[in-house]
Amino acid sequence: MSQYYLSHLKELESEAIFVIREVVAQFEKPALLFSGGKDSIVLAYLSRKAFYPARIPFPLVHIDTGHNFPETMEYRDWLVNELGVKLIVGSVQESIDKGRAKEETGFNASRNALQTVTLLDTIEQYKFDAAMGGARRDEEKARAKERFFSHRDEFGQWDPKNQRPELWNLFNGRKHQGEHFRVFPISNWTEMDVWQYIQSERIPIPKLYYAHQREVIERDGAILSTSPWLKLKPNEIPSIRTVRFRTCGDMPITGAVESTADTIEKIIEEVAASRKTERGTRADDKRSETAMEDRKKSGYF
Amino acid sequence: MNQLLRFTTAGSVDDGKSTLIGRLLYDSKSIFEDQLEAVEASSAKKGFDYVDLSLLTDGLKSEREQGITIDVAYRYFATPKRKFIIADTPGHIQYTRNMVTGASTANLALILIDARKGLVEQTYRHSFIASLLKIPHVIVCVNKMDLVDYQEEVFEKIVNDYKAFSSKLEIHDIQFVPISALAGDNVVNRSEKMDWYQGATLLHMLETVHIESDHNHIDSRFAVQYVVRPQTQSHQDFRGYAGRISGGIFRAGDEILVLPSGFTSKIKSIQVGEEVIEQAFAPMSVTITLEDEIDISRGDIIAKPNNHPQSEQDVDVMLCWMNQRAVNLNTKFFVRHTTKEVKGVLKEIQYKLDINSLQRLENVDQLTMNDIARVKIRTAQPLAFDSYRKNRITGSIILVDEGTNETVAAGMIV
Repeated sequence: MSQYYLSHLKELESEAIFVIREVVAQFEKPALLFSGGKDSIVLAYLSRKAFYPARIPFPLVHIDTGHNFPETMEYRDWLVNELGVKLIVGSVQESIDKGRAKEETGFNASRNALQTVTLLDTIEQYKFDAAMGGARRDEEKARAKERFFSHRDEFGQWDPKNQRPELWNLFNGRKHQGEHFRVFPISNWTEMDVWQYIQSERIPIPKLYYAHQREVIERDGAILSTSPWLKLKPNEIPSIRTVRFRTCGDMPITGAVESTADTIEKIIEEVAASRKTERGTRADDKRSETAMEDRKKSGYF
Repeated sequence: MNQLLRFTTAGSVDDGKSTLIGRLLYDSKSIFEDQLEAVEASSAKKGFDYVDLSLLTDGLKSEREQGITIDVAYRYFATPKRKFIIADTPGHIQYTRNMVTGASTANLALILIDARKGLVEQTYRHSFIASLLKIPHVIVCVNKMDLVDYQEEVFEKIVNDYKAFSSKLEIHDIQFVPISALAGDNVVNRSEKMDWYQGATLLHMLETVHIESDHNHIDSRFAVQYVVRPQTQSHQDFRGYAGRISGGIFRAGDEILVLPSGFTSKIKSIQVGEEVIEQAFAPMSVTITLEDEIDISRGDIIAKPNNHPQSEQDVDVMLCWMNQRAVNLNTKFFVRHTTKEVKGVLKEIQYKLDINSLQRLENVDQLTMNDIARVKIRTAQPLAFDSYRKNRITGSIILVDEGTNETVAAGMIV
């Protein structure tokens, strides 16, 4: 009998595919929230596997902050074409122009929190009833309590005390008019699982993740890429360093790490040896101890 | 090939559960520097002169404010041998529903016993739930051995007491280990203070427990989740049945039977994405094509002509009621079973179980939050099910409230 078991990656893959199919079966208008980061890339590839040889039966939705790395945008357009899937873009700039969102000011200004407004507006505009995301429970403590099928009220809010129990493989996607679900098919994956999967499935990823030369500055212990949106303080002098990114958020707030890992194998070695969490490079999570919990409650990814 | 082991822990605030999880994460080097620094800072802020590892599993702001855990939290760690998912649940009586939730997908239950106290009410409750949810393996950790001078007699007495009690339950694989989560004895590293103990450390047990047979590989079951119809030029006639194998083994060429229709056919191919595979077994997600064009839709079960589930409208269930609102006889629900949803009604409550004494209470006509009861449910259409004992996937249901859409109960089919 012993030949009938799966490796941990195959078991996680199988679980994620089951969840993605369940979304398409239970909801009328699902979408995949695509950030251009490795987690949502893996989610897109899992979606292809789930429905092959049919095309992915839902669009990718990109909440565009306007502060993206150019590499992310290039990759996004390539992937959409590769998968033959529809792309919907929700623009944070538009939300700002319409007065729906207010730009932060100051040196550490970020459009991260503003995304919530655009995200909820986009969900409402297209009447999406399920939005899948690549969030993982190992990322952050508020995420550790998240369900696969996460119920959101008509205001898009998350109530951690009022979550539906989730048992076996039985996912309950019933909802009232106006409510929606966030669904996290790779909940049980860790950062390492994602990298190992990218390696074993030979999934192409944006160049940002590989070591490259880049003009950067150092601020509060974080290495930030120079960009039109990063206001430099007088004492901050850019220099060229060999770096890579562990996560792929907005350009002004995503910290790089010094690295020479220019292949997937070397990245995996580096992740295995790393003694810091990947969100440790994210300025948005460092604002307070409960930054993620608070953002999630209000409808963030 | 690294396997995945899912285990559940349950415990109250003071029996050292959080410390144990913290210890497993810390000693297996699954804690990152920034996480550790945060815990060190919190420990110092609370005035502790040691690093309180239990803070590693602290969750939400609302919980920290109240010093409680409100829900199941999931933790992850890996060793070179296995990857682990911990479903960490609080252990008070009012949290039976959380324990049941965490136990539903677990291969193994960790049961913590305070060496000073021996078996307590909570031990019985956790063990009963492990047995009810048919968790295949149990490890009993006799914790706080440092506080009883690492005495062998204390450990032996607890082992004997537990064996006597658990003989009444359905737990087939039980191991015992004396530990101190606080001092780290026998968790990851072997204790130097308990020479008399010849067995494995807790982590070694977790790494080696035999989980290959946890899935049913005998009775072939496949619930159709979604019908894949590309309707493109290159795949005009493709009609694939997507789903996750819930039991047994399916191979190309196998004769199959579809329920509830009773149609038969043969498997033409089995695929995972683009890859065509020879055989599929639980818990693989696959797409199956058949030789014949027959009408199959979501919720149908594919099995074998000589081995298939029973198809009935009256279902006997051990039910765990999980909602604040009590339920009375003749209440209607949506019943979710595999990928099928049908209407159902609570026809009869045969008895309620006192989960501490295992006494049966009869003449009950209402169930409240955290009650466990043997009930009869009548469904509007037949369900093709197995007993939960035979298959945890085709033998389980949830009940969904018609008005609020909440998941209100979990059921194990008898």
